[in-house]
Amino acid sequence: MESSELIHRPQYGKYILVWIALLMLTVITVTVAGINFGVLTLATALTVASVKSYLVLTVFMHLKTEQTAFRIFVGVALFFIIISFVLLFADYSFM
Amino acid sequence: MSSETTHVSYLEYQGRYKGLRGWIFSTDHKRIGIMYLIAATVFFAAGVVFGFLMRLELLYPGKTIVSAQTYNTFFTLHGVIMIFLFVIPGLPAIFGNFFLPILIGAKDVAFPRLNLLSWWLYVIGGALVLLSILLPGGPADTGWTFYIPYSVRTGTNVIFTVFAAFILGFSSILTGINFVTTIHRLRAPGMGWFKMPLFTWSLYATAWIQVLATPIIGITLLLIVVERVFGVGLFDPALGGDPVLFQHLFWIYSHPAVYIMILPAMGVVSEIIPVFAHRTIFGYKFIAFSSLAIAVFGSLVWAHHMFAAGMSDFGQFVFSLLTFLVAIPSAIKVFNWTATLYKGSISLEPPMAFALAFIFLFSIGGLTGVMQGALSVDIHITDTSFIVAHFHYVMFGGTGFGVFAALHYWLPKMFGRMYNKKAAYSAFWFLFIGFNVLYFPMFIMGWLGMPRRYYDYLPEYTIYHQISTVGSWILITGLIIMFTNLYLSLKRGKKVTARNIWGGETLEWQIETPPTYENFEEIPLITEGPYEYKDNDQDILEEKEVV
Amino acid sequence: MSNQEHAMAHRDDVGSRMGMWLFLFTELLLFGGLFFLYSVYRFVNQEEFHIAAKELDTIIGTFNTAILLTSSLTMAMSISAIQKNNKRLSIFFQLITILLGFGFMVNKYFEWTAKINHGIFPGSEELLNRGSGEILFFGLYYVMTGLHGLHVLIGIFIIGTMTWFTSRDIITKESYVKLEAAGLYWHLVDIIWIFLFPLFYLIT
Repeated sequence: MESSELIHRPQYGKYILVWIALLMLTVITVTVAGINFGVLTLATALTVASVKSYLVLTVFMHLKTEQTAFRIFVGVALFFIIISFVLLFADYSFM
Repeated sequence: MSSETTHVSYLEYQGRYKGLRGWIFSTDHKRIGIMYLIAATVFFAAGVVFGFLMRLELLYPGKTIVSAQTYNTFFTLHGVIMIFLFVIPGLPAIFGNFFLPILIGAKDVAFPRLNLLSWWLYVIGGALVLLSILLPGGPADTGWTFYIPYSVRTGTNVIFTVFAAFILGFSSILTGINFVTTIHRLRAPGMGWFKMPLFTWSLYATAWIQVLATPIIGITLLLIVVERVFGVGLFDPALGGDPVLFQHLFWIYSHPAVYIMILPAMGVVSEIIPVFAHRTIFGYKFIAFSSLAIAVFGSLVWAHHMFAAGMSDFGQFVFSLLTFLVAIPSAIKVFNWTATLYKGSISLEPPMAFALAFIFLFSIGGLTGVMQGALSVDIHITDTSFIVAHFHYVMFGGTGFGVFAALHYWLPKMFGRMYNKKAAYSAFWFLFIGFNVLYFPMFIMGWLGMPRRYYDYLPEYTIYHQISTVGSWILITGLIIMFTNLYLSLKRGKKVTARNIWGGETLEWQIETPPTYENFEEIPLITEGPYEYKDNDQDILEEKEVV
Repeated sequence: MSNQEHAMAHRDDVGSRMGMWLFLFTELLLFGGLFFLYSVYRFVNQEEFHIAAKELDTIIGTFNTAILLTSSLTMAMSISAIQKNNKRLSIFFQLITILLGFGFMVNKYFEWTAKINHGIFPGSEELLNRGSGEILFFGLYYVMTGLHGLHVLIGIFIIGTMTWFTSRDIITKESYVKLEAAGLYWHLVDIIWIFLFPLFYLIT
């Protein structure tokens, strides 16, 4: 049995850094939303949200130090969401 | 090897509780499997009754036994009960629970208490469905698809039925989580991924669909409740909503659900064929990977249920194309099964008869499915009884016969009692003939234009309806013979203590009959693949001597 | 007690976390269905979604985002603390997390009541007089933030249970996978908010 301590070392410093990054990204996304970029506004908002989620997933949720299977799992779940989304819009974009 | 048991079987094992509580609070995967078997059989019987009444109503045009409204509730209840309470949970929850840990050399599933919870959710969900019949307002009359806007406007107990489906979905998700984790974490030493029996592979693919697709219908059904109770405009066209979007969300789950239903049955057939053909399975990896491929492609084809519902041309094109693709992995399986039979020394024991019937009926169901993938044909037969025939060939001819095959294959192992084989064969012929007489006329009248879910019909369809109704009587006779035979076998069937009654090579045949509480005295070390008959002739001979 | 021994013999922390992750996927897809709805309706009613979104208070939304992100930090730190065998610090961080969770809900409460006082709630006359896109926007707003809020409440309850477990030494330096699972749940709730926030509050 793999012991958890080995793969999840306590790391206050790193957590705080990530937290600061998350707050800064929030500030960025709010600021950018105030400026009218047209279609790009949505794109930036979603990109920033994805970066934030990536940070939470990899650091807070320890995805980076979990076994490979966990990362594949997340990939499968994301693939399922994204492909469903794409197919849904394969219909709605051409109405 | 002595046939005398030194350990108590799981049937006699005394845990914390005695009697009934020793069952309904048991976290033993085998007992939970049996409890699913009992509950699912009860619900199946209810579903059969509603199906029987529908067919009886359609014996003559116009009113025969019930009103149109009652007929509407009949087909809704038949659909809801059969889909959510029998076909979806059937194989994974009954035989998956019982045999998955044994097949991979484990003592239980990864989360036994969660497993018990999922059984309780299943029973509660089933009770809610039955409750909806008794409460004022009457059972839902929307069809099992709950299409908006009717499901928001009708005065019947839709909320109960929908909520029941939500709870049943949760039960299914928990089973899925349990199985994926079990297969990843609890395989016995040496049991590599490609040494797993094929039933395990099919359960693995199924479990993933259960985990990923079920929540989508969960939320969609909850939204019906929200829309009905709080009047939140989400799908109702009067409030700007889009009913077609409801259909999208509904089928994003419900089409993959078709594969939740059929994949485990394919797994069962993949277990049975090599055993009774006494041959190594042909193309093990192809069958294993085709399960995954079906799970993947099956998730991408949902909108072929909606070709006539108002989709864009491009959307129709994409989904039609993908629908044709999903036929490939299914066909791979059928080819591999037939290739396994080729030059095998086939013994037509009852499980094998059901497995062969599965291949035959599933092929008809599958090929008529491919027909519907073609847009032009689909427009012609949408909402006709052709569709009804098609999915009964897949769901009943496929999964139903898969369940019957599994029952005849594994029941002696589960209870240590043998059924009467002669009765099993006669049940088989009643079922097989009755099934075809019941459903094949639906292909013809559907092609001629008989709409599905209709209470009344034009006189020219009378002959088909009457043949079909007679078929339902033959089929039900078969069901009664089969279940009576199996039930009697548990009471006074010949005792079986031999470990390997069929000459199977998978792990369940190497443990006690019936299995002990812990399945294995020692966790086995696996050194060879699951169906290696050539190398193991000696083992089989030894086992046979014991018999 | 034999049951517990049984459980100990089969203890598999990786397996437990795996089960939790799989459960998180179902949660993710539960919201996924709503995100599908949102994206299609927004695609069809772009103008009206923009108009409707102006009614939401970006400041409260931003503030709540900061609260949830911070609670994720304290949650992660409570696990670090128990790993370092610092029981008191772990409980302290868990309590802070719960407090922040409640703070989020209090803000949510004020936000919702303000909307309802303006006559914007499902089925209200004020709302029904508007365009269908706005009705859909607010329908989705209430359902999605409502379901998210429900998850925050469930998360608070779970973390509360974990705090009790920690104080009773059921969660210890040697065995803290329960706390990790609770943490995973809490972080997922956070991730969902990370997407809800720009989609509802930042499209003006």
